Amino acid sequence: MSEMSTDLTKSAVGPVEGESLYDTDNPAPYIEPPRKRTGKTPKSTRGNFEMAAWLFMRLSGIVLVVLVIGHLLIQLVLDGGVSKIGFAFVAGRWASPFWQVWDLLMLWLAMLHGANGLRTVINDYAERPNTRLWLKGLLYTATVFTILLGTLVIFTFDPNIR
Amino acid sequence: MPAGTLYRGREGMWSWVAHRVTGVLIFFFLFVHVLDTALVRVSPEAYDEVVATYKTPLVALLEYGLVAAILFHALNGLRVIAVDFWSKGPRYQKQMLWSVMAIWFVLMVGALYPVLGHAVREVFGS
Repeated sequence: MSEMSTDLTKSAVGPVEGESLYDTDNPAPYIEPPRKRTGKTPKSTRGNFEMAAWLFMRLSGIVLVVLVIGHLLIQLVLDGGVSKIGFAFVAGRWASPFWQVWDLLMLWLAMLHGANGLRTVINDYAERPNTRLWLKGLLYTATVFTILLGTLVIFTFDPNIR
Repeated sequence: MPAGTLYRGREGMWSWVAHRVTGVLIFFFLFVHVLDTALVRVSPEAYDEVVATYKTPLVALLEYGLVAAILFHALNGLRVIAVDFWSKGPRYQKQMLWSVMAIWFVLMVGALYPVLGHAVREVFGS
């Protein structure tokens, strides 16, 4: 270890700028990298959840670009735009399993993507622990309720309700 | 705070702010949108009555705003993915933002007639 310790008799700044104070016989002192993981570093208790959430935002985002822009085209642009939307139009589309799966996938991905986005926003701006708890409780309740309600509506839709 | 040190941000920061704001707005709309669609389980009349308000000129304007928010969030989201996963992404993040804004502008011009056309006809007659 002695060759690794700093020579205190030497100035840190050389007489000529750029001249190295160290050579093979007199190597520079070894500095441990900051925040290096050692045996004493406690194990993370959070697992890889944040990493999984980060990846989910990107993967679901790509799928949602296709699903949502397709949805906007059908509902707001093609075939008369918003004017043609009504119960009969919904019944016609949900008669096909393709559009049922489309809407179901869009519902789940968009709600989870949005809920995780709002979770990040709450984490960033709500500072008091109580405020965070209540806002997240409200967010998770609304998210679960909306996903379940939407799923139920798609699966139990009855075109002959009246 | 000493004068002249307030960070006013650049393309990177403002696109981040816009991504957040549009994201929160879209999430709130999505919540309402699932509720209004759930009315198809109540009765065809209840659903058609609510959808009728979606066809009014004022709400058409809000729909155009929703399209603006969704298109920005979608295009800028693809840019964020490129920044994260493409090795040259961080170097070209500004150019990519201006590309996003250009595509967004073209799409918004394209959405003018389909989304707002019926509202204009209703307000100005004919």
